[in-house]
Amino acid sequence: MIATIAAIFQRAVAQGIPLLFGSTGEILTEKSGNLNLGIPGIMYVGAISGVAGSFLYELSLNGNEPNPFLIIGIPLLCCILGSMFMGLIYCFLTVTLRANQNVTGLALTTFGIGIGNFFGGSLINIVKSDVPSISLNETTKFFKTTLPLGENINSFEKMFLSYGFLAYLAVIIALIASFVLNRTRVGLNLRAVGENPATADAAGINVSRYKYISTCIGSAVAGLGGLYYVMDYANGVWSNDAFGDRGWLAIALVIFSVWKPAVAILGSILFGALYVIPYYIPGISISLIKIFEMLPYAVTILVLILTSVRRKRETQPPQHLGLSYFREER
Amino acid sequence: MNNIKSILNLSNYHIAKRDVIPWWQSYLIRVIAILVALVVCGVITIALTDLNPIEVYVTMFEGAFMTPRRVWFVLQNTAMLLCVALAVTPAFKMKFWNIGAEGQVLMGGFATAFCVIVFGEKLPTSVLIPVMVLTSIIAGAIWGLIPAIFKSIWNSNETLFTLMMNYIATQIVAYYSLEWSVPKGSGTPRILEKGMLPSLMGNDYLINILVVLAITIFMYIYLKYSKQGYEISVVGESENTARYIGVNVKKVINRTMILSGAICGIAGFLLVAGTDHSIKSDTAGGRGFTAIMVSWLAKFNPIIMILTSFLIVFLDRGASQISERFRLNDSFSDIITGIIIFFIIGCEFFINYTIKRVKTEGGENK
Repeated sequence: MIATIAAIFQRAVAQGIPLLFGSTGEILTEKSGNLNLGIPGIMYVGAISGVAGSFLYELSLNGNEPNPFLIIGIPLLCCILGSMFMGLIYCFLTVTLRANQNVTGLALTTFGIGIGNFFGGSLINIVKSDVPSISLNETTKFFKTTLPLGENINSFEKMFLSYGFLAYLAVIIALIASFVLNRTRVGLNLRAVGENPATADAAGINVSRYKYISTCIGSAVAGLGGLYYVMDYANGVWSNDAFGDRGWLAIALVIFSVWKPAVAILGSILFGALYVIPYYIPGISISLIKIFEMLPYAVTILVLILTSVRRKRETQPPQHLGLSYFREER
Repeated sequence: MNNIKSILNLSNYHIAKRDVIPWWQSYLIRVIAILVALVVCGVITIALTDLNPIEVYVTMFEGAFMTPRRVWFVLQNTAMLLCVALAVTPAFKMKFWNIGAEGQVLMGGFATAFCVIVFGEKLPTSVLIPVMVLTSIIAGAIWGLIPAIFKSIWNSNETLFTLMMNYIATQIVAYYSLEWSVPKGSGTPRILEKGMLPSLMGNDYLINILVVLAITIFMYIYLKYSKQGYEISVVGESENTARYIGVNVKKVINRTMILSGAICGIAGFLLVAGTDHSIKSDTAGGRGFTAIMVSWLAKFNPIIMILTSFLIVFLDRGASQISERFRLNDSFSDIITGIIIFFIIGCEFFINYTIKRVKTEGGENK
């Protein structure tokens, strides 16, 4: 029994980590008042940038031993740069050019998923390589390296110590984000920008700078979710559309965790569990699993309704979420 | 030297809202943006395919217009995208961010398929089709009304709510399309036979196109000349003003979302009964999201939407022709569409604002 629970927990965490990255990134973004619906696209771009980086690195190895720092560093750096670039596009359009956030975000998602699938499907053609498919065997080994636990691991070790380093990084980033948002001057300023940019502006906070920096950092964090999915969860094998609608689930998780990164840690495991548990129910039909996959969204709607009905100040979305700020239009 | 410094110094510029800009100027800016975007896309395509730029655009035209079949395909897709764009328009004009069109279309299509499967053998076609239309409209309207009610009573965030509703719809349809597939659970969608729209004068999609054309005209008149259309614009401009002049804001929100959802329902009906003759969880095919950009690009004008939806479909077809010919992945079209939309979104800034250089006195620059 305990072994089963440990197995479910482990798989739930593996499912939840991309969501945790995505929603921590989106929380940072939304706290500045930017509703970035481009997150699904950004996660694809993060994933494919990392894949492209390590694909080229692995090709250049020619069978030599990889350098452990480069083989982890290259995909990480490519992923962060790629997803930050997407964040930059979003900021340039919505903050500098004052475009509509929803339209920009959706266009970014179309664009990002397009980039992911396009380069995922054509990378081999473009670099004129003769490998049959993108599978990064060397890189994934490093990303999946866990603590040296030995052969017989007990349930506790399995539940908490059996993941690659990115999984712990996700939790650490969420905790840091939570600390920065709630306990530092920068976090206070950032929240002020999201709640009421005009007031923040009057108080001498550079609204545009906060929006730019938090959105770009948020995008980079979200992009790591894509990287984790390919390198760790999918064993370094890229297949088009495999990432599915996890980007939208990450946005759902933001609402579920009422804009608190620390809550998102637990929420991501719960969402992951909702995804995994149906497969452990004996005799369940494939079609019924589809109904179970609805649960995270249904629960999110419930949370959305409850928070708006109760109107507690701590659980509201940032007040200026989704609205661009023009100083001249106050 | 000082002069160059003052040109480059950003604080010497300030951004001011324009007064009304002549219509031809605003269109000129948009056309320039599209041209620049096409050049950028051309450069990217050349980098990836080693084609010369003229050949790129010739290939795109071939993809969209070479054969009558392709032309019909483009027309049909334009009509369906336009239909969803028309549906989201009244809600957007009201500043109600309905990004749930995808789900509303799916529920409409689902209702159509449901009627065919349940009543297909029992009712004659002349009764069946009106029943299908009616249930689709109701299903779409309900899916639109649910977030509207919560918005109007408790001010729930409608963007997030409608977004979540999409996936509820997707999973419902995914469940039933597996249940209905033959053999059951195989995932091969059941081909619907009863109650499908006939071809008109030998053209399969003509009915779809005519229906959407009618909706376009209706929407243009509704938004521009009806009292309800006026109320929508007032609520969109300012809810406080609307309340002040005695508009019942809650009622307008609910009514508009019923209309928005109902047209999405019709789109779902047309997609299932006119185009696909089956239902899958991707029947809406992302149109719910693309439609938002179509509607927004046309500045919520239904007539201009014909052009913008055509532009998007043309790009999509053209780019997939390029990817087919050069054995690239067909997501190439998404990249092209994305870039062009970025440029059009960006150019709005230059329509709405001017950048003025602040004249500085010589003494200030020291």
